[in-house]
Amino acid sequence: MKIINITKVALLAVASMMLLPAQADYPEKPIGVMVAYGPGGATDFQARIATLASGKEALIGQPIYILNKPGAGGRTGWNWFAGEASQDGYMLGAYNVPHFIAQSIVFDTKYNINNLEPLGNWGADPAVLIVGKDSPFNTVGELLAHAEANPGAVTISGAGKFVGHHIAFLQFAKASGANLTYIPASGGVDALRMVKAGETVAGFNNLSDSARSAADLKILAVADLTRHAYLPDVPTLMESGVDVDDSSVNFRGLMVPSGTPQDVVDYLASKVPAMFNDKKTQGKMKSTNSPSRVMSRDEVITMWNERQAYLTELLAGLK
Amino acid sequence: MEFLNYFDNVFTVYHIALLVGGTFAGIILGALPGLSPTMSVALLIPFTFHMKPESGLILLGAMYTATVAGGAISAILVNVPGAPANIATALDGHKMAQNGKAKNALHYCFISSFVGGIFGVFILIFFTPPLAALSLKFMSTEMFWVAILGITIIATLDSKSVIKGLLSGLFGLMLATIGEHPTNAVERFVFTDHLESGVHIVVGLIGLFAMPQVWNLLENFYAKKNRVFSATGDATLIQSFKLVFSKLKALSIGSIIGSIIGIIPGAGGQIAGIVAYDQSKKVSSNRENYGKGEPEAIIAAESANNSMVGPSLIPLLTLSIPGSPTAAVLLGGLLIHGIFPGHDIFTKNPEVIWTFIDSLIIAQILMLIIGLFLSRHSKWIMKVPDNYMAVGILLLAVFGTYSIQNNYSDVLIMFTLGTLMYFGSKAGFSPVPVVLGLILGTMTEEKFLLGNLIGNAKGSSFQHFTSGTINIVLISLCIASIVYGVYSSRKSKKIKA
Repeated sequence: MKIINITKVALLAVASMMLLPAQADYPEKPIGVMVAYGPGGATDFQARIATLASGKEALIGQPIYILNKPGAGGRTGWNWFAGEASQDGYMLGAYNVPHFIAQSIVFDTKYNINNLEPLGNWGADPAVLIVGKDSPFNTVGELLAHAEANPGAVTISGAGKFVGHHIAFLQFAKASGANLTYIPASGGVDALRMVKAGETVAGFNNLSDSARSAADLKILAVADLTRHAYLPDVPTLMESGVDVDDSSVNFRGLMVPSGTPQDVVDYLASKVPAMFNDKKTQGKMKSTNSPSRVMSRDEVITMWNERQAYLTELLAGLK
Repeated sequence: MEFLNYFDNVFTVYHIALLVGGTFAGIILGALPGLSPTMSVALLIPFTFHMKPESGLILLGAMYTATVAGGAISAILVNVPGAPANIATALDGHKMAQNGKAKNALHYCFISSFVGGIFGVFILIFFTPPLAALSLKFMSTEMFWVAILGITIIATLDSKSVIKGLLSGLFGLMLATIGEHPTNAVERFVFTDHLESGVHIVVGLIGLFAMPQVWNLLENFYAKKNRVFSATGDATLIQSFKLVFSKLKALSIGSIIGSIIGIIPGAGGQIAGIVAYDQSKKVSSNRENYGKGEPEAIIAAESANNSMVGPSLIPLLTLSIPGSPTAAVLLGGLLIHGIFPGHDIFTKNPEVIWTFIDSLIIAQILMLIIGLFLSRHSKWIMKVPDNYMAVGILLLAVFGTYSIQNNYSDVLIMFTLGTLMYFGSKAGFSPVPVVLGLILGTMTEEKFLLGNLIGNAKGSSFQHFTSGTINIVLISLCIASIVYGVYSSRKSKKIKA
């Protein structure tokens, strides 16, 4: 009897020792962030800026390093993250919405919003509708009138398929009813080149990059619910009479794979937004023209669910 | 002559230390397979995070300059190009090393890299506004024809027969179609998850060049055929300088072609090197020696891939359109420091930009000095026994391949391609057309599909591809290249018969 009790107690003690300290001491070593795009790109350098302050004791208390796993428009990295990344809180991932949600709807991916847990959001880069500086069009109305007279002739470039720009295009085409042609370039930079060179009639591109290139472009509208502080004079698409909401806005933030212990998730969710709000980080975001929007875990969960529902409907015919 | 005013910003102890360190590290990193210029600059960007903008850019610029030249060292000494830009250098460079003239080859390489590099930076300093306008004229259709021009020379490059060249080029083109479709994002030929991201160009490069070399070295070792190098060359510096400057035709063809390709968005050194090699071969009086260790070939290829550096920054700085894959990564480096490309960049950030450009000139000079110094020690590498060499290349190949995308699948692809290539080379196939097929296939397909979409929207795709001055010039060059290829192969057959 006694022996059994002692064994039970010992077993319990061992079990509790195995369970507790792992989480109580978290984090005790540097933490990785997987970025599904190559080094030097916007997601990569924003992830580096957003996690600059992680080493501070009051924040996460451990430095963060970036692990780039580019390929297949982000699918390689996210597939690895959902399928193979460790679930102990030492490997976080950077998400791009609507990209990963759209891909999980259209393609057979290992990831979807149900096996990933968001921690917080650091940035939001809306898509803008742009034309070259020598373009005859000055408003969304003029562009659509031309499209009406010449069905299919209005080409609009964007950074590939099933990314924010493509979603903005699909919404724009659906809401305006116009017959437009989407040109999926091999990235945002090449899509922007096409508009500057006059190769395409128009383009959807990142607000941050377009605002920087304002001398070579005319920015007709912002695909967001409100005007943007960087471009106070540019109307939203809704103001221009086309019913397009903020579903194409490129949200960036951090997540962990499902299966990560709940208290690690809670710990990170409480610290990550504060890390994004760090004064030096925010200064660096501003000086690099990276639009910041810090959101908590709960806000991101809501946003992911909204996007999932909306994109499933929008992309239904495109599988 | 505004650029002269900012040299004193470069000549501070800190900046010179950065330049020397960056150039030295760049040459070494460039020589390692996998750490291509693009990769090295990308890895360095986070390190510049906490530096002042001009200091960060100086370091990145030195790295860009030096890695391009460093890739030639491994191309010459072990027949493994450090980056796609050095493929053409390997053709004759390694032959020279086998003939006991490794040091001479390295001399020619660094001197012509220096001449080309300085030429390119001066193009950047004096011709930025007109060339930026020209670079905007290269659209999808023009880039498609540039890629086709490259494809026309695949078959005749380093192959025993035209048929074998065409077959290996075709194999490369087929490799390029694996993975995501460029315009509709559908996966093709992905029968295993390992092929999901397709065959990365540098993974292909390492596999096709480094792996067969590893097997060959081991084969030699077990057959006790250890190669003995009696010499690594006897050239003095003065002789080498004299020789390079006596090959003015190759030098100027390389520098001019490199500069033109530099301003074409996205093309870069990988195309500059082979096009310059091919063009200089066509006009050379020594053309029979190309592929057998001809100094002119090295001079043309290396002056081209280094003269590409300066002009590739022209569209980058003024239009935020990168002229090469490395310039694309450099864009991230500029943005991180709050330097936003634009026509007004020279008036808005003169301190940073002119200091950066001036530092590129100094980096070229340092690259020459350090490169020539290292050339003296090439015998250390040439004397490494085959078995050690094989293991060394193997380790670097695995490490280099994995580091490109932190992806284990790439290592498997590299091994598979390499083993296939080893057996292929026994049957007389060369890796050069395969890699070129892979590089050009990706570009051709993407640009064709995009140009076709745009052309159809305009009414006629055929007309879209065949109108415009640059398109017509490029099409004529393609035709000329094919006609010349057929003509010269007939002529050489007659001579043999």
